[in-house]
Amino acid sequence: MSIHPLPEAPPRLADLPEHSAQSPLSIHDMTVAYRHKPVLWDVDYDAPPQSLIAVVGPNGAGKSTLIKACLGLIPLASGRVEIFGQLPRRVRRDVGYVPQRESVDWDFPISALEVVAMGRYGMIGWGRRVSRAHKDAALQCLDRVGMADYAKRQISQLSGGQQQRVFLARALAQEARLYFMDEPFAGVDAATERAIVDVLRTLRDEGKTVICVHHDLQTVQEYFDHVLLLNMRVVAAGSIDTAFTHDNLQKTYGGRLTLLDQAAQALAQAGARP
Amino acid sequence: MIPAGVSHTSSHGSITDVSVHWPTLGEVWEVLSFQAGYNTNLVMLGTAFLGIGAGTIGAFALLRKRALVADALSHATLPGVAIAFLIGSWMGVSRSLPLLLLGAVVSGVIGALCVQLIVRYSRIREDAAIGAVLSVFFGVGVVLLSYIQNMNVGNQGGLASFIYGQAAAMSQTNAIIIGATSLFACLLTFAFFKEFRVLCFDSTYAAAQGWPVQRLDLLLLALIAIITVIGIQAVGLILVVAMVIIPPAAARFWTERLGVMTIVSATLGGLAGYLGAAASALLERLPTGAVIVLIAGGIFTFSMIAAPARGFVAHAARRARLRLLILEQHILRKMHEQLETVAGGADRHADASVSIADLASERNWSTLRLRVALRWLSARGLLNRHNHHVSLTESGAREAARTTRNHRLWEAYLVRNADIAPSHVDTSADLVEHVLGDQLVQELERELKAEGVLLPSPHPIVATHSAREGKS
Amino acid sequence: MNITLDLFLQVDLPALLAATLAAATCALLGNFLVLRRLSLMGDAIAHAVLPGIVVVFLIASTRSTLPVILGAAAAGLLTTILTELVRKIGRVESSASMGVVFSILFALGVVLLEQAAADHVDLDADCVLYGQLEDVSWFAPVAWTSFLELETWRDIPREVATLAIVFFVSAFLVTLFFKELTIAAFDSALATTLGFRASLLHYGLMALVALAAVASFEAVGSILVIAMIICPPATARMLTDRITMQVWLSLLFAVISAVLGYGLAAFGPGFFGGEHALSAAGMMTVVAGALMTLAIVASPSHGVIARRVHQSRLAASVVHEDLLALLYRFEETQQANPTVDLVHSHIRRGAPGISERALRAGFRSALKAGEITKNNNRLELSSAGRARAMEIVRTHRLWERFLVDEMGSRPDHVHRTATTLEHLTTQPMERELEMQAGAASRDPHDRPIPPKPAPNEPTPDKPTL
Repeated sequence: MSIHPLPEAPPRLADLPEHSAQSPLSIHDMTVAYRHKPVLWDVDYDAPPQSLIAVVGPNGAGKSTLIKACLGLIPLASGRVEIFGQLPRRVRRDVGYVPQRESVDWDFPISALEVVAMGRYGMIGWGRRVSRAHKDAALQCLDRVGMADYAKRQISQLSGGQQQRVFLARALAQEARLYFMDEPFAGVDAATERAIVDVLRTLRDEGKTVICVHHDLQTVQEYFDHVLLLNMRVVAAGSIDTAFTHDNLQKTYGGRLTLLDQAAQALAQAGARP
Repeated sequence: MIPAGVSHTSSHGSITDVSVHWPTLGEVWEVLSFQAGYNTNLVMLGTAFLGIGAGTIGAFALLRKRALVADALSHATLPGVAIAFLIGSWMGVSRSLPLLLLGAVVSGVIGALCVQLIVRYSRIREDAAIGAVLSVFFGVGVVLLSYIQNMNVGNQGGLASFIYGQAAAMSQTNAIIIGATSLFACLLTFAFFKEFRVLCFDSTYAAAQGWPVQRLDLLLLALIAIITVIGIQAVGLILVVAMVIIPPAAARFWTERLGVMTIVSATLGGLAGYLGAAASALLERLPTGAVIVLIAGGIFTFSMIAAPARGFVAHAARRARLRLLILEQHILRKMHEQLETVAGGADRHADASVSIADLASERNWSTLRLRVALRWLSARGLLNRHNHHVSLTESGAREAARTTRNHRLWEAYLVRNADIAPSHVDTSADLVEHVLGDQLVQELERELKAEGVLLPSPHPIVATHSAREGKS
Repeated sequence: MNITLDLFLQVDLPALLAATLAAATCALLGNFLVLRRLSLMGDAIAHAVLPGIVVVFLIASTRSTLPVILGAAAAGLLTTILTELVRKIGRVESSASMGVVFSILFALGVVLLEQAAADHVDLDADCVLYGQLEDVSWFAPVAWTSFLELETWRDIPREVATLAIVFFVSAFLVTLFFKELTIAAFDSALATTLGFRASLLHYGLMALVALAAVASFEAVGSILVIAMIICPPATARMLTDRITMQVWLSLLFAVISAVLGYGLAAFGPGFFGGEHALSAAGMMTVVAGALMTLAIVASPSHGVIARRVHQSRLAASVVHEDLLALLYRFEETQQANPTVDLVHSHIRRGAPGISERALRAGFRSALKAGEITKNNNRLELSSAGRARAMEIVRTHRLWERFLVDEMGSRPDHVHRTATTLEHLTTQPMERELEMQAGAASRDPHDRPIPPKPAPNEPTPDKPTL
């Protein structure tokens, strides 16, 4: 028998029995650490195609970290991520991202339309201007989130909900196939919430997959098809009916595993690769 | 390579002569219109180009929050200059300008990278790292300079000009180098405008999109470095950071668009350079670099106070108007409510009146503010003032009814939806009702109607619409 | 250059005193700036005292100490207030607003200085930057015994006296408000809720910094002020986690920088046959910077080297433990005594990216501990090694159980994590682990979890599956 189960050359994740070939996002045995301290342990996950997925968990559960790791924004301590069967950096154009609203300076001298046009930068390429056609496409995306009237506004003159919609429009402008959204519903008004939900459903109907960090447990069932319950590790994942159960929620929110915390602390102190 | 210009800052005349010789208008025009001789023109053009380049790059340095990295970088150029001088004199070329500038760029960039290294590999924070690099590199430079001063090599006088700058001694070569570099920096900025914009606004998103954020940052740093280095000879390494920070910070007050801001920033920088050089040519004992910075500072102060969009006066005026509006609406509402209860119906408003004392007691309004508001209301034809009483005019009554109605709508809405509604407004709920636009009011009505809330509507509901029409 | 005693006492001693006092004052106050991430405020104030001094001079035509100090303190406060104003009203980011304010004020100072210079003032821009340490002289002392005479002290140089007063005032105030300053540095919101006027404290500190800057700069120049505000506290911060200790260390480094810097500048060139002294203020800055660099690289607790050493030791001990566990697993599968090459390749595969050095060090330490033996290029566990290997494998398999049962990980994905954790499991963690997973006798791959060795138990036999 083999002593170490690691194969010589890693195959594509899609070929592994535990991953599905159709999945737009496959996470294989991923551990992510911040300053050597693991934030996420051994995550295995396959996102089902054409679905709205809520990532749910308490504060500090590693929800944003999961998204950033999938996007390749923070290095993995170990494990692999494949998007459409490719390394994330090879398919960036196909992956849209809506960061948390607080992550930017809203006093920046830029209009709503210009922010949305950033979604097209990847298609435009180095050193070229933003053409009329791209601006029109950006305007259409603003219209899809009900913000066409605000295109010329400087972004600090928008309400929180409107700012969030601008971010959403920027992701739409990218015409991606897979979307990551970091708390798009945080602190928005009812109208924005409706607008975002409408956009999400349209995206799904177009065959796209959206992965959302979500805080409001009340609305998970209404807005999403699938759920990924996270608390430093995957507690449960699956369709709303099967995974979003009282039991699983209890496990997710019922405090952290002390042993895991201690292990994380030990790793941080050792400064070793986990 | 000996600078061709003659220093204007060195003291003319006798030491006891402290009276200022003010130039005539003719002299001013002569200088400003480039008729005051080759050297003066050269200096003015050189510093203007420097201002344009620094203003352009500065816009992005400021927005990327790299303003003081530029300061560390400029101070860190000194040891490079000194070492380049030593190497030059060892090779037999005394004071070769390209060599000195190369030394400056190299050690400036090393300094800026040291800041990043310290932050990355130690627990020292960025602010302390910047300060440490700035002072220690400068200290090394000072030690080297003190060594050079005691050497038996000629032509070292120019080295001190790197610290305080000596724009007046600008040579043709200097001016050409400044112009070419500045133009080059502007062209690069133009070419990568889109990339710099996404980098400065949202670097995380840029990284997620696959833009090489680190390399873009390095490019920006390199641009800051070359513009700083060509600037130090003119403005001096202590003040060159001002050319990078002040014009964009001033430009920001005038516009909400990045493109416009960059152009305004370049223009203001160029203007400061041009005017500063002119002023120091016209007046005695004005060191060019410091004057340029002071003029830039003047532009900044003026912008901060007077710019229409983000300036202090405009801001204060907006706040004062809002306060007046609030007071005015409070008065109208107060009168409406009083008439509702006292007169038993607001339709006989025209002949009913309210005493000013009553109004004053209502909310602890100061008499002065109240008087201003009442005068304003009567000037708008909403109010008739009598000795100690005020009464509403017909249009005043309509306005009062409308205001009261909006207030109650908003109140009802808040009672209904307190948990979600105010979450997206930064201002307090009390403030919001005063700035409700017509569109928002209609939305409120729709929403409340949908929820089946019937308002205790202020009397003439139909009249509110005509009031709005009458107003416009 | 020959150093005579009276020359030393008259020229070098007063300069040294001035430099040391200036450095100590700046470093003392700098601690709180560095902790509050306001280091650059020190930079800004050091630049901005220039117009304060020149304005006082232009108005009062005096260089006497008190008015100049008042003017400079006012300029320092003005910098702080203007920076706040530009940040709040102008909505300019805080470091940029600092840059805007101090560069304008400094430019103003330079222009005014140029105007004042016409009235034969011996103020000049250079002395602002590097000071005039050479001009600080004390003619009274001619021998050590001179210090016993009152006359000598009456003749103490103005700069030294001023600096001494400022130092003692700062030291007194810092001691008095040490608790408050510490809390404000840690969490200024907390300080406010506890009833301290955080803003008052802030402006007070800034006024003191301005005072220190102006008192120092005539002697040592503003560049040294900035260096001493930042470098010694930052150096101390690399060495300790306690604030009291940090303050003392920073004072020590400030004094070392001043003395060593002065010594190198004044006497250093003599050793190399040079005739002229170098800039003392510059050299002190260089020494302060060198000390800081040294601390960043070589601090025993937070230095780069210490971290590297720690990492490579850890890597070696991981290899050591991996080796024992591996040999144990070979014994389990009845493939006793594998060759060194086979073991090497297994360890490399288990920990990709491991360095050759760590690998060799791990092997050496296992051999040296007598936990493995090497015969004919084949490796075998000694009985002591087997006992330790059992513990490691036991921890590993307990972790695997825990990861599968409690965390819901896939059984075929837990090996790597368990391999990492087995090296880091402390006694309390082990107990917790036993509570959570200790009941199981087999790991998720159905291999036996070795029993917990009882103390003084005879050497365990070779395992069987």
